[in-house]
Amino acid sequence: MRDRTPYWFLFIIVLTALALWIDLPVQHPQWLNDLLLWQPQEARDNNRRLGLDPVRTHLGLDLQGGLQVLLEADLPPDQTLSEGAMETARQIIERRVNGLGLAEPLVQLQGERRIIVELPGVANPDEALALIRETGLLEFVNAGPSYIPPGTRVRTTYGTGEADTGPAEGAGTTTEVQATPTLTATTPITGSEGLTATETITPTEPALPLLETVMTGAALQDAQVVRNPRTGEIEVAFQIRPEKAAFFEEFTGSHINQYLCIVLDKVVISCPVIRNAIRENGVIQGQFTLAEARNLALQLRYGALPVPLRIETVRSIGATLGEDSIRKSIRAGIIGVLVVLSFMLIYYRFPGFLADLALIIYALLNLAVFKLLPVTMTLPGITGFLLSTGMAVDANILIFERMKEELRWGRSLRMAIEAGFDRAWTSIRDSNLSTIIISVILYWFGTNFGASAVKGFAITLILGVLISMFTAVIVTRTFLRLAFHWVQSWLEEHPWLLGV
Amino acid sequence: MFNIVEKRGWYFLFSALVIIPGLIAMAYSTAQFGSPVRLDVDFTGGSLFVLKFQEITSEDAIRAVFESQGLLDPSITRLGAPEERTWQVRTDFVTQEQSEALFDALEQQIGPVDRDASSVDSVSPAIGSEVTQAATIAVVAGAVVILAFIVFAFRRVPHAFRYGTCAIAAMVHDILVAMGFMSIMGLLRAWEVDALFLTAMLTVIGFSVQDTIVVFDRIRENIPKRRGEPFETIVNRSLLETLHRSLATQLNAIFVMVAILLFGGASIKQFIAVLLVGLISGTYSSIFNAVPLLVVWEKWSQRYALA
Repeated sequence: MRDRTPYWFLFIIVLTALALWIDLPVQHPQWLNDLLLWQPQEARDNNRRLGLDPVRTHLGLDLQGGLQVLLEADLPPDQTLSEGAMETARQIIERRVNGLGLAEPLVQLQGERRIIVELPGVANPDEALALIRETGLLEFVNAGPSYIPPGTRVRTTYGTGEADTGPAEGAGTTTEVQATPTLTATTPITGSEGLTATETITPTEPALPLLETVMTGAALQDAQVVRNPRTGEIEVAFQIRPEKAAFFEEFTGSHINQYLCIVLDKVVISCPVIRNAIRENGVIQGQFTLAEARNLALQLRYGALPVPLRIETVRSIGATLGEDSIRKSIRAGIIGVLVVLSFMLIYYRFPGFLADLALIIYALLNLAVFKLLPVTMTLPGITGFLLSTGMAVDANILIFERMKEELRWGRSLRMAIEAGFDRAWTSIRDSNLSTIIISVILYWFGTNFGASAVKGFAITLILGVLISMFTAVIVTRTFLRLAFHWVQSWLEEHPWLLGV
Repeated sequence: MFNIVEKRGWYFLFSALVIIPGLIAMAYSTAQFGSPVRLDVDFTGGSLFVLKFQEITSEDAIRAVFESQGLLDPSITRLGAPEERTWQVRTDFVTQEQSEALFDALEQQIGPVDRDASSVDSVSPAIGSEVTQAATIAVVAGAVVILAFIVFAFRRVPHAFRYGTCAIAAMVHDILVAMGFMSIMGLLRAWEVDALFLTAMLTVIGFSVQDTIVVFDRIRENIPKRRGEPFETIVNRSLLETLHRSLATQLNAIFVMVAILLFGGASIKQFIAVLLVGLISGTYSSIFNAVPLLVVWEKWSQRYALA
């Protein structure tokens, strides 16, 4: 027996058992989240908060239905975007989309002028689209004496029915009436400072205090980043529209040393304290970095989306279309793999049986990796996986054909096994490398053009090739060596078992 | 020993017979639609609706609704059996507002649309032309990288460049076969090429090269072992030695794909059909084109050297 074979065998058994446990459709313990270090922190927090299985199957748009939208900055091509504008727009859209309560929304920048939004499982695509495109609501909210940390979701009087007239147009008296209940209610929020989990709570949650909207973004004329000539600190300067100046002066004058929070889509983005009465021109001071200040100025200036966005592509897929696809693909996959398993068994006999075991381990490992990484399963992704099972047996076929040749040339069984693996290795390596190269090109194409179908296929193909190199070479070799050790004489007496 | 390489003229002829109808279809298709294969909205831009109605309706009724919404000349096909009540409609690029108005009009004039079993795919023309460009780059880049890879893998074998070129020739063969197939199906059954077709093409390229590499690898191994033998004999021997493997591997891939073709969902059938045709072509071209071509090249260079 060769040196390390038993250890390999043990390793393979443990690995397979682990993979099997991950693959099983049972609820996996939450502590797995702490081990999935390669996943972004947000995703793991999200799993914990929603109580989702940390290793679950992630279904793509085509399998569970949903919406994919590609948005592009609606500006002339020669006009350069201000730095960070697209990122700000992305964050705003992400914030809105998070309100839909979906398990895995995705909002990503694509290139310099585009944002891609994917909402798997969204129930009402039209509504979601409207939500993405709407210009967000910017409000200045009277927080009274208490500071509200940015990121806190709040309830405001604007548009909630309690202030039907709309404070933006309303006179000071309307807002004055609303002031009393709001001010007293602010205290619990400061107590929950830093609790990011509250972000997901819907605005209608009774625990959220109602805050008075002083005015909306419509009252702002402009905002820009400036440097304080005396201290050299970065500040955001803003100008109030002339018709609102008197109102703003009166409000700020009567609320000195209280907080005026800037709220975007009901989430606090900044909460400065009022130092003196402001008429038309004011500045917001804080320990801003340049990027933060720029971001804030953009949000003030454009209310919400710092750039107008135009829809370039929309894909909306009904949920039942996806269910049908899943059922059919699983059936097709099982049938295909069963045929491959029987072919290997009939054509290569005993080694074929070992290759079948290796193929089953291959499938288990692959599915476990899909759940762990995670890889979002799409129809082309499933096809890529099924095709890669074909390649996984290809390596075994190369090895076994070689073994048969070596046996025919009169080598001993043991020599033939070793030669089969050694000689076939260069072919396996070279042909798999070419598949990996192709897959990388496909992945590049898929990522750059929102062709998630292409990307899904490429990912499963790459993973399949890599895992197959392990199972077809190491797993089969370990099994064959052990088999040789245990049943050598039996195999030598029955050469047909080796397909010779 | 059975001589495969000897009858190479016949194999080249067979390839030509397969490729030429495809080329004719591509030429006709180019004259007709402006591209060798029918392109879907991913490339041309436009909107594709899959609509499932609750009641049986007719093509004319659907056409009337689309035209009333200002979408002139929609192309309408029924998907599946009439009782599936599912229709596919392709139009110019539709904005979100137009799309919502359209659904309202359909529901008013024809009857409820089962939204859960329907889909909309809208791509602006600008994105379409970008995707086309990127797809071309991806295919060309794929070919170049593979050529470089083969030259590198065979750098210690004399005439590494030849191996690379022959592998590329086989690859072009497979691309032509698959494109020709798609073009013919486009003319006969109105099959359209989407972004997934590109995936199929690149996979075909990958598998084609993989097959070719296995045979070449065996030639590479046999050359130093059998110094006395003429090149043609070595090549033929290598082919025969790897034939089992090529066929066994091919069979496995075919099993999987036929299973998907027969039992899988409708949305992926065209993709699988192209893959299947491409893979069969890939196996054929590596055994019957790439390798014999290597022999032809060797003979020519010898004749040239002697003259």
